[in-house]
Order: sequence, then C-alpha cells, then structure tokens
Amino acid sequence: MSYKRVIKIDGPVMIAQGDADFAMHDVVYIGKEGLLGEVIKIEEDKATIQVYEETSGMKIGDEVYGTSESLSIYLGPGIIGKVFDGIERPLNKIKELSGDFIKRGINIPGVDLEKLWHFMPKAYVGQEVSSGTIIGEVDETKTIKNKIMIPNGISGKIVSIVQEGDYQAKETIAEVEDENGNKVQVSMVQKWPVRIPRPYKNRLIANIPLVTGQRVIDTFFPIAKGGTAAIPGGFGTGKTMLQHQLARWSDADIIIYIGCGERGNEMTQVLEDFPKLQDPKNNQSLMERTILIANTSNMPVAAREASIYTGITIGEYYRDMGYHVAIMADSTSRWAEALREISGRLEEMPAEEGFPSYLPSRLSEFYGRAGMVETNSNQIGSVSIIGAVSPQGSDFSEPVTQNTKRFVHVFWGLDRTLAYSRHYPAVNWIISYSEYIDNLDDWYKENIDEKFMEDRKMMLKLLTEENELLEISRVVGQDVLSDSKKLILEVCRAIRLGFLQQSAVAKEDSSVPLIKQYKMMESVLNIYNKSLELIEKGIPISEIKNLNIFEKFLKIKYEVGNDELDKIDDIDKEINKKISTLEKEYKEHI
Amino acid sequence: MRIEYLGIEGINGPLIFIETPKEISYNEQVELILKSGEHRLGNVISVTEKITTIQVYEGTEGINIKDTKVILKGKPITLKLSEDMLGRIFDGTGKPIDDFGLLNSSIEREINGSPINPVSRTYPRNFIETGISSIDGLITLIRGQKLPIFSGSGINHNELTERIIRNASIKDSSKFAIVFGLMGAEFEVAQFFKKSFKESGVLSKVVMFQNLSNDPTIERILTPKVALTCAEYLAFDLGYQVLVVLSDMTSYAESLREISTLKGEIPSRKGYPGYLYSDFASIYERAGMIEGLEGSITELPILTMPNDDISHPIPDLTGYITEGQIVLGREMFQKGINPPINILDSLSRLMKDAITDEHNKISSQLFSSYSKVQDVRALAKVLGENDLSEIDKKYLVFGNEFENKFINQSKFERRTLEETLLLAKEILKVLPESELDRI
Repeated sequence: MSYKRVIKIDGPVMIAQGDADFAMHDVVYIGKEGLLGEVIKIEEDKATIQVYEETSGMKIGDEVYGTSESLSIYLGPGIIGKVFDGIERPLNKIKELSGDFIKRGINIPGVDLEKLWHFMPKAYVGQEVSSGTIIGEVDETKTIKNKIMIPNGISGKIVSIVQEGDYQAKETIAEVEDENGNKVQVSMVQKWPVRIPRPYKNRLIANIPLVTGQRVIDTFFPIAKGGTAAIPGGFGTGKTMLQHQLARWSDADIIIYIGCGERGNEMTQVLEDFPKLQDPKNNQSLMERTILIANTSNMPVAAREASIYTGITIGEYYRDMGYHVAIMADSTSRWAEALREISGRLEEMPAEEGFPSYLPSRLSEFYGRAGMVETNSNQIGSVSIIGAVSPQGSDFSEPVTQNTKRFVHVFWGLDRTLAYSRHYPAVNWIISYSEYIDNLDDWYKENIDEKFMEDRKMMLKLLTEENELLEISRVVGQDVLSDSKKLILEVCRAIRLGFLQQSAVAKEDSSVPLIKQYKMMESVLNIYNKSLELIEKGIPISEIKNLNIFEKFLKIKYEVGNDELDKIDDIDKEINKKISTLEKEYKEHI
Repeated sequence: MRIEYLGIEGINGPLIFIETPKEISYNEQVELILKSGEHRLGNVISVTEKITTIQVYEGTEGINIKDTKVILKGKPITLKLSEDMLGRIFDGTGKPIDDFGLLNSSIEREINGSPINPVSRTYPRNFIETGISSIDGLITLIRGQKLPIFSGSGINHNELTERIIRNASIKDSSKFAIVFGLMGAEFEVAQFFKKSFKESGVLSKVVMFQNLSNDPTIERILTPKVALTCAEYLAFDLGYQVLVVLSDMTSYAESLREISTLKGEIPSRKGYPGYLYSDFASIYERAGMIEGLEGSITELPILTMPNDDISHPIPDLTGYITEGQIVLGREMFQKGINPPINILDSLSRLMKDAITDEHNKISSQLFSSYSKVQDVRALAKVLGENDLSEIDKKYLVFGNEFENKFINQSKFERRTLEETLLLAKEILKVLPESELDRI
C-alpha cells in the first residue's frame, strides 16, 4: 500500500509528501500510533493534513496512509444518550481504555457494532425500496424508535429480510437487489461523510414554532422548527445557561448539544444534570432523547472544527426518520476560532480580524443544513440550529457575529447590562428579532389565541416606547413626563420583572406553557388599558400605583402553577375590582 | 535515547535553527551544551525536512554556531515530581534554586499534560471561604474552579491574592497545597509573597516556580505548564487540595507573541498568535476535580489588562475559558476601597450550585440594586443630587454603604459567610421594601 511521508510538522498541521494518491478531505492515519488526520490541501505530491490529535513526538518521515474515504461517522441505533468527542468517539469508552486523561491514537466507532437490538421488520420481500426507505425499527431508548433506513445510493427490490428478533447492529438484516441483479447487504448501521448534507425529498416552509417554554423567546422572538437562531453575548451574559434551558425544555424530539470548545466543568454539569432531569413530555430522563458532543477547549483543535459537522450529521440522520431535532452549538465562535487557528498554520492570507476569507461561506453551509423537510420516506422531519456566538471583546460588529447574522433568521442578542443587573435571560428586546413571525402567525392564532400576535405587538410597542422614554428621562428626569408616559414606564417595569425575567431554577417559572404566556400578556395589558382609562379621567398615576396592582401581576409567575391557570383570572378580577373601586371613589370625590 | 549533534545553522532571539536530524520528533526536549560547559533547556517547536526550530528557554546569550552541542532527549520536556517539592523554590523551568539541592525522585511527567476526559470530571460544588465579603457573597470561589483576577497596572492585586491564599488555606486540613507560578514578576512581588507565606505559616505548603522580570522571557512559556504538572501530581496522585496561582498571564502571553513573531507566524488580534485561545485553554482547563479522586485543582490566574481594557485579547480569551472573573477597578482603587473589586464586571459561574437559596437571593438582589446605583449616579451627575427622587436618593446612600462597608474590608478582618450575609441584609435595609424584588 502506498503512502506519503511527513516532511513538516507545526502544531496540529502536517505536510506529507509521496506517491500515494490522496483526495481532498480524505481521512489518513499517521505514524505508528495511527493518529487520525484529514487532508485539507493538496499541492503536487504534497498534502497538508490537519491532525485530530496532539502531535508531540511525531517525526519527519513518519508514514501517512490514506483511506480514500472522507471524514465519516457511524450512524445507527445506540447514539442517543451517549457522549462523544468532536469526531464521534464515545468518551466513556475512551475512559475505559485510557483512564481519566485522554490519550491519543484511540479509534473506536461511535456506534457499538456488536450490541444486540430487537429488530422489528417493516418491509417485505419484493418491496421496492430506495435510499431512505424505512425497512424496520428498534427501540433505541424508552422514548425514541430508531427507524432503520436503506443507506444512500442503494435502491431496488428486497430479496430477503430477517424476522423480528435480536440482531447485532452490524449484522445483515436485509438484502436488496438492484436493476442489474447486484445484491447489496443492509445492516442497521451506515456511514456518512460529515461534511456532506444528507439528502431529502423536499424542503418545506418552517411554520410550526419550536416551543421552548421561555417567554421572551416563545412570545417575542420565536424560532420555527427547522429554523436557525443565534445567541450572541459576551462572557458572563448567560449564553450557556440559556442553551441549557433550551436543551431542557424545547419541544423537539431529539436534542443534540455540541459543546464546541466549551469549559470542561460546564460540560460536566450537563453530563450530571441531564440524566437527572425529566423530559416534560413523558417523564423519562432527558438523556433518553439527548446526544452530547463534548470537545472541550483543551481537546485537539481540529476535532473542535469537526464537531459541529458531526453534530449536524447525527441531527440529519434522525430527521430522516421523521423526528424534530434541535441542535445547540455552544459556541460557534470557538469553532470559527479553530478555523482561524488552522488557517494561520496554513499561512493563508487572513481576511477580517485574522479569520480566513472562507468564514462566511462555511457559516452559511452550516446554517443551511437546518430546515423542515419531507424526507425520502415521506415523513416530516426538521433540524433546527441554535448557535451561541461569543463575540470577541463583546463587540457585536466582529466578523463571526456579523456573518452569523446574515445566515440566521432569529437573533437573540444578549446584553451585558441586563446580565449585570441579573435580568435573565438577558435577551435584549430592542436588538433581537425573529424573521419567522409571519410564517408562524397562523399557528399561534389557531393553537393559542386569535389575539396572541396582536398582544405581542402591543407589548413590543410599549417596550420600545419605554426605551425612548428612559433615554429622555435620563436627561430631564422622570418628573416632567406626563402621567400616561409614566404609566408606560410602570407597565414596562412590570413586563420586564414579571414577564421577561424568567428564573431557570424556580419550579413553576423554569418553563412556561404558551397559554400561560398568553394569559400573562393579557393580564398586564389589561392593567395598562384600564389604568390608561383612569389617567384619561384625570386620576393621578400615584393613586394607581398605590393600588399595588403591579405587584399582583409580578406574583403570577411564581405563584400560579402551570396547571392552575384559572388563578390568573382570579387575579385579574381582583385587579379589576381595585381599579373600579378607585374609579368610583374618585367620582364621588368630585 | 541520547543523540548528540554539533553545530547550529542560525540563531534568532530565543530560537535556534539546526539542520533536521534524522530521528528528531516534534515537541522533543533538547539540551544544549555551550562551549563553557553550561547546559540550557529547549524544545522542538517546528520541523521541516531541512530545518528544525528549537526554542531555548534560558535564552541564547553566549550560544555560538560552531561549538554548541545539541542533545536530543527523545521525549518531550518532563518534570521530576515528589511530595518534597512542598516548601521548595524552583526556577521557571522547574530547576531548584533554593539551597536544598536537587530533587530526588523517580517520578517524571510530561509537562504538557493531557486533557481530562469530560466524563471523568465531577462538577465542583464545594465552596471555599475566603473571608472577603465581596468574594464570598457575590463571586463565590469554588473548589475546582478557575477564577482569574483581572487587574490593571498599579492596582494592588497582589494584596488581594495574598489575602485569598492566607484565608483559604488556614481553614482547611493539612492536605492543602499552594502552587505558585510567577511569570515576569518583579523581585519585590516575589519577596512580598514569600514574606507573607512565612508570616502566616503556610510556607511549608507552597511550591514556588519563579520567573522574575530579569529572567529570560522565554522561560515563562514553561512556567504555567510545570506549575500545573506539579499541581496535578499533588492533587490527583497525592490527594491534596491545590490552589494554583499564576501571575502574571499577560507576561506569559507576551512571551508567546514574541516567539510567534520570530517564527514568522501570521498574527491574529493585536499581534498575538491565532492559537492563543487554545494555548490558554491548555493551561486553564487543567483545573478541576476527577470522579473518585480526593484532590482538586483550583486556579487563580492573575492578569493585568493592558490599558485597563477588558476587551483586550488576553482578558477576553481568558474570560471565555475561565468560570467567571474577579475584576479590579481603577475607580474603586482610587476611591480607596480595598479590595478594589468592580462588582458589576465580576462573576463566578459556578457559585449558583454551591450556595444556599438565601445566599443566591441576597447576591442577586445586591447585584441588581448596585447596578441601579450606577444609573442613579449618572442621573445625579446631570441633575444634581438634590433633584433626585426620594427613592433615588436612597439608592445613593445604599451605593456608598455597600462600597464602604461591604466591599471595603480591612486587611486583617475576616468575615464568615454568615457575617457577610447578615451585613448584606443590614445594608439592603437602606432601600424601601418595594425596591427589593429579588428577596
């Protein structure tokens, strides 16, 4: 077998020269230990390789063998509930092999090929099948059925399929004969190159929201299933916390959490917490629907670069079975930084801020893989991507934030000032936006209430006005404002404290159903409208404040359970009573 | 394995270039023997077919092209380890420089370390009481955490560091150790720490690696790595609770930039190499706790923000890796508040799971009210204090009380957590109840 020899080593980048024929993005094995690498540049007989492991101790002249295969991962039952590194190596297995510290040169497939699964056939001999056709299923976890699909590139007639029973993941479960009479064997496992999107039949308009239970998101800046969102925020603004909340509460079938250059301790928190948390839909452990990819900041940089592709490939695999998948990538800036680091090692001419000029195209390729689709087996499935961005120097004009903004449809801008005053989630309602509002309009009207979007608009309008008023009053003081303007400040304060702020730890507040969100909106807008009437009748704002009706509203989020929404009506009645009493007293007074 | 070569191709600053020998490997340890017989330590930082680049940690003064012997060690740089290191002083590369002679040990580890497998970690939940109200109450330090101190030039961060060490250590059992890595520190700074360790009687628990400002700058690149290798041994082999203090990370990053420029690498932000983030991560991420093991590594790196700029690449990238930060503020310093902690910029990411519910609420309220103080102060500058509303005036009082009574704390006053929380409640009473929306 022909090979190339290493002629240059510089950190995670090597150059190898020789006769062997490598193709772009081919996976290679280097040296005696067989370190995993990927070809990223070819020039005559020289190939530049990014190495997925620490390169200390590698020598000039080490042999490099090609595999003629681009970086691929195993897809099959047994992925859910696992923790992988950036190239789908199961971290628990690595621990068994190398102890508490990660050693290099360990190559284990992401799917346990020997494990037995109870296979239930869903196809018959003689059936015409093609790529993506579902031929059977296994219970992958308590809540997720893994649907076994015909791998890409295979089509024809089933000539044999096994009976229901226990089979190893790698065993042949069916044989397909194509037009030319060639027989292909199909197992429960397939391989897929991570940098290539998996095919589907049709792309659909994303018009169902991904409900997250977070008020500022669901009500103000919703994301659709199959949508893309960015969470930019400097350090300490609560990005990771928000990502965790979304992973916990969003109503996707499967969650893939990519810790891309994340902190080890935070990853551990996810690893410890998620198994204990319950999936609100079925009271099973959250891990029954979660896949974690942990490539912490001190793990090899090339694997960090690959981690988001690994994540999205797994996401597309489950999408093809007809599931709604949500991917949390924390953080895409660390991924961009990996690109920059490798680009620097390649001595490429840098573009903005040292980032390579292909940063925007890579970002757009990544976010472009999200979407709601009709799969090859005529199911509806979706992949939503929520990417955290850590802008360097907390400056939203830096290249990663700016380019991400071009390719995502929802922008949840986190704000340092809000975070400092411990307003969480620190999503700034002035700079954030969602482009899905129009698409989702009908859904909210049909499923929640006709007035939902109207109320939302009203709330946003008030908040925007508050922003202006605060600016004016900063200069001239609040006293010069008219009572109706002061009312806006009061109402918005209530909206901020009682609606926008949401506690991740309080039991009733951690996640809130849409209907409660709607009722809370109605409640505060009712206060606003009624109070405005009073003010128009000449009742001073101080009298209204003394009614303590705002305090009543503030209590709703903690004191009204998510299943006792009638209490909100009682509170509303109480508020209305107080208001009408005041009105009466005032009339008598005159 | 020991292979010797004679002769060097070129020298540039701390880098020497030799013709690539056959058996050389990347990141290999190299020993240079000068004509005078002096030994120097280096390692291979880049190899091509023809030229190998070696960085020499003790500087290249006195090295000439013809007579210098290059010895390849056949392995990366290692550090000898022993429990006897406690109480000793080493140079920035790990050689003893006190009067107790060489370290006798058969245990040797590579200084670059390997990443801890995320599934092997345990999430840190043990709170370390420092006796300083602002830290215990609002930026709680947790065992296994990495919490940097962002300082500015001229601000007395050393005093704060010393206080944290003194208080954090005394409380604990005998299995407590401090690993101190000084990079480019002034002589006076090193003396200050030695003196105070002696006074508080913890000297026998300190391992000191010191690279002073007049030592070769390039040596600093090794210092955090040897310090952490020593810490890992003490923590994960011997079960010590180790506090690692690294001062000053800015000097470290500058050395890294120096080498990068000399190597002709393409610079990233402010001339720092593109891999600064990954490099920092390889240092900071060595903090933590491992499932089933006794010990822990808590890191307290100190860095000076050039021009007090928190968005400078060094504090910026650090903040993205560490679990929070303690920011010292020039304004606070000039007001005479000690420790001059800028509360609103500071944060401890791990505290929420390690403290009580009541503590959580109080700290949340303090943050929120104190941030309101800033708004009121800005308003007062425009309107004058007299024209403020009654509530706003109370905020001003609260702000002053908070800064002078809570944050400000005399050097030897040690407050328990209970005292800190009581004090916080006392000060919050300045504000009317309607303003306390977090408690």
